[in-house]
Amino acid sequence: MSLKSKLHELKLKYQGKKMAPAFNAFHTFLFAPDETTHAGGTHVKAADDLKRTMNTVIMALIPVLIFSMFNAGYQHYSAINGFPTDFSLMNDFLTWDNFWIGIIKVLPLVVVSYGVGLIVEFIFAVIKGHEVEEGYLVTGMLVPLIVPIDTPLWMLAVAVIFGVVIGKEVFGGTGMNILNPALTIRAFLFFAYPTWMSGDKVWVHGARERSEEILAGANLDAISGETILGYLAQNKGAEMSYSVSDMFYGFIPGSVGETSAFLILLGGLFLIFTKIASWRIMVSAVIGSLVMGFIFNQVVDLGWVAESSKFYGLMSFEFWKHLIVGGLAFGIVYMATDPVTGSQTNKGKWYYGFFIGFISVMIRVFNPAYPEGVFLAILLMNVFAPTIDHYVVRGNIKRRMNRLKDATIYPKDSDGKAEELKAETV
Amino acid sequence: MALLSKKDTNLITDPLADNNPITIQVLGICSALAITAELKASLVMAISVMFVLGAGNVVISLMRNIIPSKIRIIVQLIVVATLVIIVDQVLKAFAYELSKTLAVFVGLIITNCIIMGRFEAFALANGPWRSFLDGIGNSLGYGVILVIVGFFRELLGSGTLFGIPVLGDPIAKTGLYATGYENNGFMIIPPAALIVVGIIIWVQRSRNPALVEEN
Repeated sequence: MSLKSKLHELKLKYQGKKMAPAFNAFHTFLFAPDETTHAGGTHVKAADDLKRTMNTVIMALIPVLIFSMFNAGYQHYSAINGFPTDFSLMNDFLTWDNFWIGIIKVLPLVVVSYGVGLIVEFIFAVIKGHEVEEGYLVTGMLVPLIVPIDTPLWMLAVAVIFGVVIGKEVFGGTGMNILNPALTIRAFLFFAYPTWMSGDKVWVHGARERSEEILAGANLDAISGETILGYLAQNKGAEMSYSVSDMFYGFIPGSVGETSAFLILLGGLFLIFTKIASWRIMVSAVIGSLVMGFIFNQVVDLGWVAESSKFYGLMSFEFWKHLIVGGLAFGIVYMATDPVTGSQTNKGKWYYGFFIGFISVMIRVFNPAYPEGVFLAILLMNVFAPTIDHYVVRGNIKRRMNRLKDATIYPKDSDGKAEELKAETV
Repeated sequence: MALLSKKDTNLITDPLADNNPITIQVLGICSALAITAELKASLVMAISVMFVLGAGNVVISLMRNIIPSKIRIIVQLIVVATLVIIVDQVLKAFAYELSKTLAVFVGLIITNCIIMGRFEAFALANGPWRSFLDGIGNSLGYGVILVIVGFFRELLGSGTLFGIPVLGDPIAKTGLYATGYENNGFMIIPPAALIVVGIIIWVQRSRNPALVEEN
């Protein structure tokens, strides 16, 4: 007898008992349930549930997580010893030393994020008397990947409680939230503890500690952990030593998991292939950011922006490079495509995605206080998503009503049905 | 012999909880968001509103039979404006620093929905003593929320209460700060007040489900 059928028997045995929800949560996490809708009728009979969807996203995130663990160490040691001159993947990047830094810095973030978030979920499940909701499975993995590596664990815990309670549970739990919970957590951290979330001392493990030691009088070299966007925002693009392939493969400082555009691209293709995430949102968001970046490039080419302008660095940054630095790629693939907070209509998804890309790049360039605008852009569009859907649906009704107006209706006397419907659409 | 009849007592106690101007009627939110970053400012604001609403209710109630109903709003505005200017001048004379913190919001008491609301809904139809109690009750209900919000925002945002450090020194890293604790910058900005007020509303309504609106 297989493990799956054993678990299924146990489930039937304990049905209706007090412990059933907790047991079911783990059982359905491991296996797709056996039950489908009964035969007959017009139901879609599929056994895959929300947990299957969530697990697929987590699978798409695992490579990013593993890469980020190596990168944590790579950035740390490179900042201390200097970047290797002839970079080799096996000798310089995929080393145990690098991975060890990842284990001691990145894994605790993951553990705290899941631990605290699931405790909150369990408490609410008990209070409200329903099964534990799956919503936190993906959020819990996203959160550690979008914070700086040295974020203190208690801050993360406070932010997770805030994000899950205020961002999700007050609206009624998974599926009812307006804002993406992971981004709510990120936004809370950003506004509550700005010194830990921006600047040039938070993106590389040890940079902050080192600067404090230097302040205390230690004779050490400072570690600079400025991100590419940070350099550009200060018009210091020329001081950067990162090549385009560094940016693409992700050997750059940044939030824990956002750096590798390459692995994010693979994850995105995986999500599109498995039909979990909407390709429309991803494509339109990429287009939106390219359009905005291209407009800025043109403005610079026309000579309207002086080189001394504080916007020059970011405005002159080649438009397609916006996609491979900072969190834009990560945001587009894993955050913007959240099925709950995004647009639901196919046409709405195009607008929704386009404006996410467009506004992200705009915030990057115009607001040096927020060097990374992706999370703000996605939260903003989360708020507008229902409005977009509303107008898409309205437009659709209007188009069909026009068709109805021209159509010949049989029987001729339709009891004023068309007129009646028309009144509803106004 | 009781000082107040049961009906009169209710005028004071109702607005404190089950008919609170901020959490139930959702009036006077603007000032609750703007000045609650410090406990001291919240308290002074609460006292100012208590004075304006208490005295204003009495004045309007005394005049209620001679105010032509067509111009009653103008008369009410004049009464509020007079009282607010008194408060403003007193603050400027005796607590200048504080009046700078409160800035324009003392003047904006005039537009505080609670005040015009109580004039219209209560003082125009009741005698001076009952109107006075109603004014005190409503401004107490307003003040309680302001002080609660101010308490949490100042404690979590600045680590102080009434300007006195209670959690240690954030720069010298003493007290709680020695353990790595940091002030929460989010609590200083107005959206935090919205969330704290929201949590108070949430707690209140889950304790007393009768308050939950049907929709």
